[in-house]
Amino acid sequence: MEGSLPLATHPSDPATGVSHAPGMAKELPGAIPAPAAGSLPSLEREGELALYVHWPFCVSKCPYCDFNSHVRDSVDQQAWRDALLRDLAHEAAVLPGRRLGSIFFGGGTPSLMPPATVAALIDAATRHWPAADDIEITLEANPSSVEAARFADLAHAGINRVSLGLQALDDQVLGWLGRAHGVAEGLAALDTAQNHFGRVSFDLIYARPGQTPEAWDAELRRALSFGTEHLSLYQLTIEPGTQFATRVAKGEFVPLDPDAGAELFEQTRAATAAAGLPAYEISNHARPGAESRHNLTYWRYGNYAGIGPGAHGRRDGRATVRRRKPENWIARVEANGHGIEREDDLPPEARAQEALLMGLRLAEGVDLARIAAMSGLSVGQLVDAAAVDRLARQGLLARDGERLTVTDAGMLLLDAILAEIVAA
Amino acid sequence: MAPANRSALCEIFVTVPLDRIRNFSIIAHIDHGKSTLADRLIQRTGGLTDREMSAQVLDNMDIEKERGITIKAQTVRLDYKAKDGKDYVLNLMDTPGHVDFAYEVSRSLAACEGALLVVDAAQGVEAQTLANVYQSIEHDHEIVPVINKIDLPAAEPDKVKAEIEDIIGLPADDAVLASAKAGIGIDEILEAIVARIPAPKGDPAAPLKAMLVDSWYDPYLGVVILIRVVEGTIRKGQQIKFMQADTVHLVDRVGCFRPKIEQLGEMGPGEIGFITAQIKEVSQTAVGDTITDAKKPTAAPLPGFKEVQPVVFCGLFPVDAADFEKLRESLYKLRLNDASFSFEAESSAALGFGFRCGFLGLLHLEIIQERLTREYDLDLITTAPSVVYRLHLSHSKTEDAKVIELHNPADMPDPNRIDMIEEPWIEATIYVPDEYLGSLLKLCQDRRGIQKNLTYVGGRAQITYELPLNEVVFDFYDRLKSISRGYASFDYHQIGYREGDLVKMSIMVNGEPVDALSMIVHRGAAEARGRHMCERLKDLIPRHLFKIPVQAAIGGKVIARETIAAMRKDVTAKCYGGDATRKRKLLEKQKEGKKRMREYGNVNIPQEAFIAALRMGDES
Ligand SMILES: Nc1nc2c(ncn2[C@@H]2O[C@H](COP(=O)(O)OP(=O)(O)O)[C@@H](O)[C@H]2O)c(=O)[nH]1
Ligand code: SF4
Repeated sequence: MEGSLPLATHPSDPATGVSHAPGMAKELPGAIPAPAAGSLPSLEREGELALYVHWPFCVSKCPYCDFNSHVRDSVDQQAWRDALLRDLAHEAAVLPGRRLGSIFFGGGTPSLMPPATVAALIDAATRHWPAADDIEITLEANPSSVEAARFADLAHAGINRVSLGLQALDDQVLGWLGRAHGVAEGLAALDTAQNHFGRVSFDLIYARPGQTPEAWDAELRRALSFGTEHLSLYQLTIEPGTQFATRVAKGEFVPLDPDAGAELFEQTRAATAAAGLPAYEISNHARPGAESRHNLTYWRYGNYAGIGPGAHGRRDGRATVRRRKPENWIARVEANGHGIEREDDLPPEARAQEALLMGLRLAEGVDLARIAAMSGLSVGQLVDAAAVDRLARQGLLARDGERLTVTDAGMLLLDAILAEIVAA
Repeated sequence: MAPANRSALCEIFVTVPLDRIRNFSIIAHIDHGKSTLADRLIQRTGGLTDREMSAQVLDNMDIEKERGITIKAQTVRLDYKAKDGKDYVLNLMDTPGHVDFAYEVSRSLAACEGALLVVDAAQGVEAQTLANVYQSIEHDHEIVPVINKIDLPAAEPDKVKAEIEDIIGLPADDAVLASAKAGIGIDEILEAIVARIPAPKGDPAAPLKAMLVDSWYDPYLGVVILIRVVEGTIRKGQQIKFMQADTVHLVDRVGCFRPKIEQLGEMGPGEIGFITAQIKEVSQTAVGDTITDAKKPTAAPLPGFKEVQPVVFCGLFPVDAADFEKLRESLYKLRLNDASFSFEAESSAALGFGFRCGFLGLLHLEIIQERLTREYDLDLITTAPSVVYRLHLSHSKTEDAKVIELHNPADMPDPNRIDMIEEPWIEATIYVPDEYLGSLLKLCQDRRGIQKNLTYVGGRAQITYELPLNEVVFDFYDRLKSISRGYASFDYHQIGYREGDLVKMSIMVNGEPVDALSMIVHRGAAEARGRHMCERLKDLIPRHLFKIPVQAAIGGKVIARETIAAMRKDVTAKCYGGDATRKRKLLEKQKEGKKRMREYGNVNIPQEAFIAALRMGDES
């Protein structure tokens, strides 16, 4: 998962961003130009399906990374292409007749996928499911010169949006983060990406040990000056099982104090809003209308199919998860025709909880009536009304009829708020 | 004649001649090799085959192992054919090792004539050693120093000998050099026991007189009573009488541990072993009681009997109210084996239904609490420990003047009715190396101590202090250990009640009184104590979504205050599709965790905080 941070994320799930750039990206059958900026993708798109494809391989393992990423000497490209196509065909067979709104190639490092494999998957997906006119097809990419050299081919394969793992604008920090690229190389890759793709986003990791508000301000301003219309800005968190976790345990470095992290978070919101890319999700910022449609599907709790190792999916309340280790996944596909490890029908409470804890990450909040209808519970069963009132009086929540939103002041406390309001 | 090999099936009605008995304990600092040596001695004398020698036979309770303390006395009877060609019976007694069980220790020691002092050849003399050695000396024991672990490259036996002489004041020329692990010096130790530890005395023809050393509940045998026969003989089928308890029982088993149980026909003077007498509850067997023949009783009981009474009380409440019955059953079960704690049902506005329990000390309290948690799988809230106060109440409209006992600060009556409060005092005897004397005196002074005596024995001071018990129950022992780096020893007994200028201090969290944290304190110490409590709670209560004032108050007057800042950040920065599952599980866990906390004025207080807040730390 190029360009991603281990911020409590699931291995199979990508971060992404959207960049608004002029120019068309109409290349392949089924590949459609990116939607124009200007309006938040509307809720009417809800019926559309999102497809996630996980490519689990990386050149090396970053010290902060707890994604489902693996380093392998060689990959049997033909076998992987066939297996992904089979896994995809299985999803199409069990969920036919949907309109495909987005595809997302995450990882690992999907920019290492052979462009032909990418093309074959886009081609197959859009044959299984009719694509929306303005389908969004994102790929996560490493901003190295090697990968930048493939951008033209990837665009030709149908990718119309990339999310670049720039991570920092400081060579020393990039080294510390275990990244292979330097700042100059990363910016060159960004430039190449902006020339080839309709939409470009990049990731930065902040709230690093010792990072001052001044230093972050300068870095962020520089990031905003490149004119992408989407930015994913993640605070560094130390995840169990990563190299950083061991180093912290050994006392080699101390993570930034959470209060200082809170300051940086507020500073980030202010600076991005002033630059016209307000936060539409906790760590994601976009020019209005340039949000990642794929990721909005997750947060709005729409349907998504996930294929490849460790990928998760939701099909109308049925949760799927695929085998995580690449070798196990591929063996399962070869044996069963799909890589699914588990499939469960989520009970109404679980669906409601997921919808709330995903949806409240968004600045737009959630429509309780919609979640009630989707889960079959009543609005009163979704949230603890007394707790909502109490937190609303504290200014952490806002409730307007059935719309519930977390305020700016509350966003940074979301996990604690959820624990208070989500009915058990 | 000491039978060399008795079998459990064949009961031989022969007592062992006095001059063939040696009773001893092993004194050692933790990790110096007491258990390993005990195992070796058992193995060498044939008590267990190699295959049965699962390591460390003596300590059998988990908690004992982890804390490195022994709670129940254990004995092992060893048969040893000495170099002089004669057969001996050696009784090894393992004793409890903490002041909370000081009385039990003293009874165990009273059952022996000598001790092995085991010192690690590389570590030298350490704390626990001292405290226990002095106790052993007080019982007129013959002490045989054993320098263990001489196989270690870092062993310095000569230096350790010098330490034993200088620090403890025992001659160490004849110290046995040994390695319990490598099996070096084991025969020499056994020979030294025979040669140097005196044989017990006693008249086999006199009426039975035996000491009840300890007792415990065994699911197969019922209550097992460990005894030391002083005079006369005890045998199966005998009618015996517990002199203090004034009860009569029929002996149905007499036996010993090798360490496997072996039945004997009878035991004579100087012998240590167990009896069973169809007793169902440990509470019927008081440690220190004198056992005699019901029909032909001894003239006078053994001296030194003390009724063991709980001195520290606290409330135990189930975190989940539905566990109340389970808690009651578990307490009953634990009490089967430990008569020294008491409990009675109580209820609290905030905590619901639970039990007020009495313990011998804070360690005892913690052990019981831990066993309830671990062995009975209960989540508990423990309220502030308290001693028993005597309140002199003036008459009211409906009641006459009277004196009541207060076990629980939450039950404190209207202060206007209280004429006077009395609190229990103790006399403490403390041994401490000279260099720590200054800090020790300060500690005692800070705890309202009155110095009674100060004398020097070698490089070591012996100090006697009178102290209010409530200043000792919380953490005096821990503090003592820390300021003396563990070199102080501490022993105490209660000396009655005295008037004190005492007040009830309440703790309020977010404006709401937390009755489990209220306590009775001396007025002079209230402010410091209140400040300390507030500071501790500030660290112990996690940040919430709002800021939380924590206050200590006497009556309506706030004497200390701290504020817990509002939480600033608690968010998962990155969360995409598959995370929905993980996040939901996290949320469920979080909610589970909340159930383990208590809510006061919208504030969740973690259960550990209740006891932890009381530890006084370095100042005060
Ligand atoms: N090298 C060496 N180690 C020993 C010897 N005796 C005991 N030990 C080790 O010291 C540790 C503590 O011994 P243990 O008998 O449990 O000590 P206790 O706490 O006094 O009962 C264990 O790891 C033993 O294996 C010895 O004679 N030599
Ligand atoms: S190892 Fe590095 S490149 Fe690979 S997924 Fe993790 S963060 Fe991305």
